[in-house]
Amino acid sequence: MATFNVNDIRNDFPILSEKAYGKPLVYFDNAATSQKPQVVIDALVNYYSHSNANIHRGVHFLSQRASEAFDNVREKVRAFINASSEKEIIFVKGTTEAINLVAATYGRKNIGKGDEILISAMEHHSNIVPWQLLCEEKGAVLKVIPMNDKGELVLDKLNTLLSDRTKLVSLVHVSNSLGTINPVKEIIAQAHKKGIPVLIDGAQSTAHAPIDVQDLDADFFAFSGHKILGPTGVGCLYGKLQLLEEMPPYQGGGEMISSVTFEKTTYNEVPYKFEAGTPNIADVIALGTAIDYWNNLDRLGAAAWEEELLEYATSKISAIPGVRIIGTAEKKAGVLSFVIEGVNAMDAGMYLDTKGVAVRTGQHCTEPVMLRFGVPGTIRASFMFYNTMEEIDSLVENLGKAIQLLQPQTAL
Amino acid sequence: MSTMQEIEDEIVEDFNLFDGWEEKYQYIIELGQKLPALEEQYKSDEYKIKGCQSSVWLHGEEREGKLFFEADSDSTFVKGEIALLINVLSGQPAEEILNAKLEFIDKIGLRQHIAVTRANGLSSMIKQMKTYAFAASNHSKQI
Repeated sequence: MATFNVNDIRNDFPILSEKAYGKPLVYFDNAATSQKPQVVIDALVNYYSHSNANIHRGVHFLSQRASEAFDNVREKVRAFINASSEKEIIFVKGTTEAINLVAATYGRKNIGKGDEILISAMEHHSNIVPWQLLCEEKGAVLKVIPMNDKGELVLDKLNTLLSDRTKLVSLVHVSNSLGTINPVKEIIAQAHKKGIPVLIDGAQSTAHAPIDVQDLDADFFAFSGHKILGPTGVGCLYGKLQLLEEMPPYQGGGEMISSVTFEKTTYNEVPYKFEAGTPNIADVIALGTAIDYWNNLDRLGAAAWEEELLEYATSKISAIPGVRIIGTAEKKAGVLSFVIEGVNAMDAGMYLDTKGVAVRTGQHCTEPVMLRFGVPGTIRASFMFYNTMEEIDSLVENLGKAIQLLQPQTAL
Repeated sequence: MSTMQEIEDEIVEDFNLFDGWEEKYQYIIELGQKLPALEEQYKSDEYKIKGCQSSVWLHGEEREGKLFFEADSDSTFVKGEIALLINVLSGQPAEEILNAKLEFIDKIGLRQHIAVTRANGLSSMIKQMKTYAFAASNHSKQI
């Protein structure tokens, strides 16, 4: 049985030994993108060194080698999220494209004037704007599940919000700016009682806990490769087969085509119907390697370590005078978002940077969340299983110095 | 009054004394903390500069053929940046402000240490100061 040892794990990630301004790099911006293990980096180099060719059409050796490597990943992703068929896995650029794909296909086909789409108050912009665009086009209405002061969804009125006009629920699994883990399984069950399909934005959740789309009974599930140790520019949309089959194509050209004449075009079967043009071959293959890495990892051990990191950081940072944590839900993943009285978040972030500590500051692409909490932005430290307690100590120590430097001196 | 070039050279000399980014950051923060607060009447949308990640308000005024600036921001670092610009540009003739190349920004290594979004903010501040200068120089030509 695999066991989890953070020091061993860190050796897999070459970037974690980097220095910033001569100081050891502390990387706490994992919610934006995770770092990559050497095997994933090697997979990219290997592909371009030994297998680079366009896939599925070439009759030659390299094309067949590339096609096979590419096709294998679909099965790996299927198993990774426990989809029932490879056909349910569509390769896209990332979560944002996956959501846009559903809005442009399922949405355009099934949502009309006066219909409603239900999202939540803690969505990031990628799970707001595609629906707003659709609502504008179709005359539909965007409704929002509110949240409380802890950053938890208020679900008392969910039954009312799920009206006869609701045609889709699109909901974030784990909030990128608050860390809240939403009870998506229960929400999906409620929506399904009324026959409403649900899209789950798994951008933040996929790295932190095993995903089982069949257990969740999600109709769509979106995630990005780069947040789960894979490369940027690749992600997946899972959709229930029947829904995907009924949906019109997304973009035209390349592999999505079965036959083209000037009179009529027929489309390829799913998932190819939604994968126009040459796909992101190298990155898909490296995503497969990232999934292999996850499969070899003690995932429960890694998740438990992440919980410890969050707990330790929360207790240390909340003890600093003037700190207010934004997002104090009972169930949270490794995100710690906070503001410091009298200190501009970006100024503090830049100070931490001079000490080699990388955090994110600002709105985190969730402007409505910042408005809800009445803050212009937060400092966000987001953790991954390769982070350490010593790194958190470094964050806390340097935050203290930042406050000393930046906080206006109170008159004696 | 020193010329712009002299002031720029002095700033570059000051920054050369610093070993690294950390000291430069702290110095810019100090400049921000020392910048006098902007009068409340100018902290309105009319004087707010678009394109900055943080809020910046800038007010310029022409006196005896020269332009004087004052500014504020909710970020002390940005205040420090604008303090540097004010140091160089405020009190100079409009024509010279318009033609200012402000090479000191690259020479002190500021641009390489601020993210693109913040570099855009810095550019917006410079653009706004030059807009004041443009208006002032056109105004004086009409007279």
